[in-house]
Amino acid sequence: MSQPIIAIEHASKSYRNGQQLALNDLSLEIVPATFVAVVGGSGSGKTTLLKIMNRLADIDRGSVRVSGADVNGVPGHELRRRVGYVFQGIGLFPHLSVAENIGITPRLLGWDAARITARVEELADLVALPREVLQRLPVDLSGGQQQRVGVARALAAKPAILLMDEPFGALDPITRNALGAQVRHLHDALGLTTVMVTHDVMEAVLLADRIVVMRAGRIVADDSPHALLAGHPDEEVREMMEMPRRQAERVRAVLERNSRG
Amino acid sequence: MDERVQAALKLLPDYLGQHVMLSAAALLLGLAVSAPLVVLALRNARVRWPILAFVSLVQTVPSLALLALFYPLLLALSSLSQKLFGHGFAALGFLPSLLALTLYSMLPIVRNSVTGLLNVDPAVLEAARGVGMTARQSLFRVELPLAMPVIMAGIRTSAVWVIGTATLSTPVGQTSLGNYIFSGLQIENWVSVLFGCVSAVALALIADQLLALVESGVANRKPMRAWLGLALLVAGVVAAIVPSIHSPKSAYVVGAKSFSEQYILADLMADRIARTGSPATQRVGLGSVIAFKALASNDIDAYVDYSGTVWANVLNRKDSLPRAQMLEEMTRLLKEKYGVTLLGALGFENAYALAMRGDDARSLNVRTIADLAAHAGELKLGTDFEFLARPEWVALRDSYGLAFREQRQYQSTFMYRAVAGREVDVISAFSSDGRIAAYDLVVLDDAKQVILPYDAIVLLAPRRANDATLRRALTPLIGAVPIGPMREANQMVDRDENKLSPAQAAQWLAGKAGLN
Repeated sequence: MSQPIIAIEHASKSYRNGQQLALNDLSLEIVPATFVAVVGGSGSGKTTLLKIMNRLADIDRGSVRVSGADVNGVPGHELRRRVGYVFQGIGLFPHLSVAENIGITPRLLGWDAARITARVEELADLVALPREVLQRLPVDLSGGQQQRVGVARALAAKPAILLMDEPFGALDPITRNALGAQVRHLHDALGLTTVMVTHDVMEAVLLADRIVVMRAGRIVADDSPHALLAGHPDEEVREMMEMPRRQAERVRAVLERNSRG
Repeated sequence: MDERVQAALKLLPDYLGQHVMLSAAALLLGLAVSAPLVVLALRNARVRWPILAFVSLVQTVPSLALLALFYPLLLALSSLSQKLFGHGFAALGFLPSLLALTLYSMLPIVRNSVTGLLNVDPAVLEAARGVGMTARQSLFRVELPLAMPVIMAGIRTSAVWVIGTATLSTPVGQTSLGNYIFSGLQIENWVSVLFGCVSAVALALIADQLLALVESGVANRKPMRAWLGLALLVAGVVAAIVPSIHSPKSAYVVGAKSFSEQYILADLMADRIARTGSPATQRVGLGSVIAFKALASNDIDAYVDYSGTVWANVLNRKDSLPRAQMLEEMTRLLKEKYGVTLLGALGFENAYALAMRGDDARSLNVRTIADLAAHAGELKLGTDFEFLARPEWVALRDSYGLAFREQRQYQSTFMYRAVAGREVDVISAFSSDGRIAAYDLVVLDDAKQVILPYDAIVLLAPRRANDATLRRALTPLIGAVPIGPMREANQMVDRDENKLSPAQAAQWLAGKAGLN
């Protein structure tokens, strides 16, 4: 088994002066090229888990290593330029054009203009964004297009790691499905290590290689979708995994009824 | 075209240039000082409140008082620097106005900037961190551009305030569009007042619209438009300033306090100096106390003051001396304490005097202040802003036992109107004022000689003590201006019909004094 690209050991993190515990002595290792989905109820600590991986949040105790090095060894902004991040609220810069949004991290890294332009166009093609929208402002784009820009921006500086915080939460089901499939395709094609926080268990099952279930700042389940669907000792986890299975069974039932009818 | 409009237009290049230079400098300095304060307030919530409270507090100080307060402050600093480094600086005029207006400009800039920056969407701020921006990059690339419309609105408000408030810098000796307003108010030249108002408003509107152009350029990502607005602003400032810079640098500065007689005498003196071939400019509308300080610190070279005023307010004397002795003593003391030269007395007196309407005086049979005391309980007293705070009022009140039913303060022009219009019954008139005769007022006799002599005296700045040109120009005025012609000249400027400008009245007075 290869060296983990992300290694978290005994991490604890609390907010509001210790009143709210977001991570409670949590340890997690992720090997390269894995697509990990983090699921759990709201307040379970899943977004915090994502943020400590690029130091958008700092842990109180424990350690986080990315690509073998402690995250506190470099300034936070330098680490963040090497890690792609897709935000829950998309978080595009409303005063910058689509092309400028996508090219922002390369620009911060000091790439020359021609290289940035070429990379922006390459990314637009990669996330299926029409070239003609590149000069528009984010406000002129549909929700799906905006999140394509968000994904392209995260990948612009060719990171090895892609972190996504409920990236498709605000999208309609069709767009969501298509974009999810495309991100999985990008993950495979670019050899990324992806960590995606989602509240949609079906999405996690369909896209991820590994599902981490969180509750109250701890990991309560961590396995492949296949294994988790087969059953788990924790009742809440079992209930959570029932949902996609039951949905799939009902869909199959509908399909069979129609073919018979 | 109206003669008064023509006269006002002739002064416009100088007044407008100075006004624009002052406003632009104050706004730029205000921006430069506000920027670090805004960053500080943004990054540290604990200092945010004190900073906002301070800029708000500045705003609550009446703007005229703020301007006035900087003069003594700078004067003290100047004398300190004189002691430490061997040279002081001009404490009057541009500098105090600039500092006061700078402080004044900061509230809208700081408040709008802080509000605008604090209201940037937190999701966007997190994205800025997430893509790898440092705090500084986030500020300049994301927060400032997004807050720019709110910040620009603050800058526009500030520009309009500064341009309006700059008109108040006239009393501290800075030429501005306020000169039209202050001198117009004094000599009741409403055309001049209106001209000053309209040009200040027009200037403010133009500046506001050009800044709006910059704002819309920034907000709509039209850099050409923003640069155009900025270029027009710069061009406007340069166009306004250049003529006033190219106007000849004058050798002599004649000062004047803010009433008609002072304007006439300043014109008279400036004209005398000009006839020697040296150009002279004027700093008019100075506050009464500021005028002497300005002279003593060489900010102005000459002006006319009144012996009683200098005796009581400058030399802080409470006693009284016979006229000739007082002048002699004063000449010695001014030289000794301030290096100021008392060139001599013009020949007339402009004393404080209590005056009442002629018909009242006759029906009540009041001729002296002692007569008045018996009726004071039924009468209302109207004064200028200074009189009630002066020692001679205290002396008059105590010596004659004066207790009026009511006391009201007016700007001196309106004081005369008030007594003529029966709003008040007795006023603190000036004995050389032409309006005493014009309104049929009676000056009440001060039998106990409580009020000091108020001879008009010409004072020269320390650096001009041995200036032969200035002495040659002004010495012919000594003893050459009797009370009659002075009163008449004042009346020519103050009357409603067929008014003359102070310069025209000065010409007439020069003729009367046999100087032409």
